[in-house]
Amino acid sequence: MKKQEFDRRDFLKTAVVGGAAAAGGTAAIATPEVAQAEQPAAAAEAAAPAGYAFLNLDEAAFVEALVDHMIPADEISPKGTDLGVNIYIDRALAGAWGKGERLYMQGPWKLGSPSQGYQLPLTPAQLYRAGIAATNAHCRKAYGKPFDRIADAQRQEVLIGLSTGKITFDNGPPVRVFWTTLYQTVIEGMYSDPIYGGNRNKAGWAIIGFPGIIAVHRDHVAQYRGKPFPSKPVGIADMS
Amino acid sequence: MTTKLKEVDVVIVGLGWTGGILAKELTETGLKVVALERGSPRSSENDYSLPNIRDELRYVVRHDLMQNTARDTITVRNNPQQDSLPMRRLGSFLPGEVVGGSGVHWSGHTWRWTDMEFKVRSNYEERYGKKFIPDDMTIQDWGISYAELEPYYDKFEYTAAVSGKAGNIGGQIKDGGNPFEAPRAREYPLPPLTPILASEMFTDAARNAGYHPFPRPSANASQPYTNPDGSKFGGCQYCGYCQRFGCEANAKGSPHMTVIPIAMARPNFELRTNSWVTKVLKDSDGKRVSGVTYTNVLNGEEFEQPATIVLLCAYAINNVHLMLLSGIGAPYDPVAQQGVIGKNYCYQTGAAATLFFDGKFFNPFMNAGGSNATIDDFNSNWAFDRAPLDFVGGYVVAGGFNTPLPIGYRPVPSGTPQWGSEWKRATAKWYQTAMVINASGSVMANRYNCYDLDPTYRNAFGQPLMRMTFDYKVNEHRMGGHAAQTINTIAKSMNPTKLNPASARTDPWTVVPYQSTHNTGGTIMGTNPRDSAVNKYLQSWDCHNLFVVGANVFPHNSAYNPTGPVGALAYWTADAIKNRYLKNPGPLVQA
Ligand SMILES: Cc1cc2nc3c(=O)[nH]c(=O)nc-3n(C[C@H](O)[C@H](O)[C@H](O)COP(=O)(O)OP(=O)(O)OC[C@H]3O[C@@H](n4cnc5c(N)ncnc54)[C@H](O)[C@@H]3O)c2cc1C
Ligand code: SF4
Repeated sequence: MKKQEFDRRDFLKTAVVGGAAAAGGTAAIATPEVAQAEQPAAAAEAAAPAGYAFLNLDEAAFVEALVDHMIPADEISPKGTDLGVNIYIDRALAGAWGKGERLYMQGPWKLGSPSQGYQLPLTPAQLYRAGIAATNAHCRKAYGKPFDRIADAQRQEVLIGLSTGKITFDNGPPVRVFWTTLYQTVIEGMYSDPIYGGNRNKAGWAIIGFPGIIAVHRDHVAQYRGKPFPSKPVGIADMS
Repeated sequence: MTTKLKEVDVVIVGLGWTGGILAKELTETGLKVVALERGSPRSSENDYSLPNIRDELRYVVRHDLMQNTARDTITVRNNPQQDSLPMRRLGSFLPGEVVGGSGVHWSGHTWRWTDMEFKVRSNYEERYGKKFIPDDMTIQDWGISYAELEPYYDKFEYTAAVSGKAGNIGGQIKDGGNPFEAPRAREYPLPPLTPILASEMFTDAARNAGYHPFPRPSANASQPYTNPDGSKFGGCQYCGYCQRFGCEANAKGSPHMTVIPIAMARPNFELRTNSWVTKVLKDSDGKRVSGVTYTNVLNGEEFEQPATIVLLCAYAINNVHLMLLSGIGAPYDPVAQQGVIGKNYCYQTGAAATLFFDGKFFNPFMNAGGSNATIDDFNSNWAFDRAPLDFVGGYVVAGGFNTPLPIGYRPVPSGTPQWGSEWKRATAKWYQTAMVINASGSVMANRYNCYDLDPTYRNAFGQPLMRMTFDYKVNEHRMGGHAAQTINTIAKSMNPTKLNPASARTDPWTVVPYQSTHNTGGTIMGTNPRDSAVNKYLQSWDCHNLFVVGANVFPHNSAYNPTGPVGALAYWTADAIKNRYLKNPGPLVQA
């Protein structure tokens, strides 16, 4: 995947300076995305810009690059951004979960042992923010550019470093915890119901032949025992 | 300011399986019963209905029906040397927080625990000698027998629509059932569920290896059913959304569609939801309790509810917490080995293998909570000699599926990359063509595995959190090693294309990921107040009008899921209260 020299983020950052240009900008930013989409028609149509509720420009660029690297377009599925995984992640971070709903947030804070689970004084959204900044800092140090502007092979190197703990963050959150959260949210964006913004067109479920929410299998159990079950996935919105 | 309310006959704390059973049984007598439930009301029609119930993110990942740890949690550590830290979000276990409790989102596997457990110390000492049991293994007999409990198991199974095949009716071994089970008076209320491919393949392999596979008994109604109380069940749809979900088909035996509506229909019953009980109040003489205090979580108002009888039915963990917060009974001290409240906390252990079969379709999205075949040859089978293996306890092994939804379950052969095209191809190839064999193993009590109040952290009501100190010991590691071997031998005999073998667990217990909501002990039952918190009727030795109902009374944990004996003991306690305690209030067993 080629990265434009002058990408959407640069455009928006300059656009903020000259207020009038910003309005015209919205139309312009759609172009690189459409041009990039070597996808089947359905995916391209669904990939209309949806806007971000939490991610700032750097973070959006990071997440888009991340999900497109982890979920490349191939014969199995459209790429991560065409599945809406970036949108899923943004909405999850902006929403109650990202803000720490159900998380016990009283100190004192200690790192503890891995067997004691999550112990950071950060909501998931704060962790994401700190982790992206620390990963980008690492990328700048190692490659001179943030994650979204490095080459594919370098991105691969960074993700391996994060997932194995070979990369460590100075004064940042533990890499292990950041990576676990990052990975889990990517999976959620692929396989949760499309009402949450990811798994667009149920293309995540289609990867594995998961039928979605239709689940009246009383007669199917014997009928399809050992046989493929023909199904077109159905989601919550299809029945609402 | 605490508002003191009018006294009632019975107050029930928590309205899940045990609270529901006791509410239904005790309102039959005409007593005025009030249930205080911290969660909100939910119903099958409104909440557990299509399409919204079929949402893995909401119910499995975000814990919609479960305890909110922002308000109350526990602190955890593996041993007394470690700093205990709060379990900041749920993971290893998922207690419920709605009307119906964990009984709404359980899977329904329903077992009868036998004298193997109830007489654990006597059995092992008699067969293997006193020295076979390690010094720090604080197992003890329960003070109850299988024969006493049999009619109550029967009652629970018929109430909850358990589907299964008997293996032993009145001493006669029956084909197709579990030959190692203790004698039952009659068949299960419903025939077993229709087997899925994975359970059929496991059944064949286990039988060829000389074991005795049978369909796991489960409260997933294999046919439409009306229970003896008149509660109506639909037939299970094998919907694949069982564990952690409410049942859309009304086919999963749950308190919110059986015992609770029956109690609710009676004028002498009142349910107060969003009512968080903070303390059980002791009478001035210390021999009785006088009621409870609770907070209405919708507006923060505090109430005192006086009652003649108090029943703690707040789940295994919360019951112990309430006992410690209320100062009833002597807290357990693992160093001096004195006191009883908090003693013998146990959990379960396990091992699992994934088998990949090129070209076979398992359709992992079609299954019931109990869609598996099981062998009990290494558990309730007393002929299985533990001496050469040097462990106490046992494990069951099963092949099948339970709620393998795609965020959580996408098996790939080990060595597959975690992302990228190759990973996607492997996911696409193996999601439907893999199956799992797993084992669930017992955990014996250990003097250092226990609960007490945490010195540092507090809940939303300003009360100390409960501290859990727990880890597996050598005994469990040995057993886990044997379980992994058994799994792998069976798995290899099935000739999978690829196998991710089971391995023995040797790491410490961790609060993530999910393991099971099978927490036991803390206020254990027994024959005397020196080494137990409650007598065989689950009645507090200290305060005779207080009963503590749930798996918290189990002196150790077996390989089986707990709700069979939890439900049976709730009926047994209800009987003791109705037929003996009400006539002559006082200790039902003389200390
Ligand atoms: C995902 C999952 C799967 C399971 N699968 C199985 C299985 O297959 N087989 C099996 O045997 N068991 C299974 N279990 C366990 C089973 O659900 C429990 O054993 C059973 O529900 C215990 O009944 P109980 O009455 O003790 O607690 P619950 O049914 O949990 O009810 C306790 C109630 O008390 C309320 N409460 C707690 N504290 C307070 C307070 N301070 N004030 C007021 N109310 C309070 C809670 O909100 C809850 O409603 C499973 C559990 C889970 C979570
Ligand atoms: S598997 Fe059966 S019992 Fe379980 S939720 Fe689905 S329909 Fe209900």
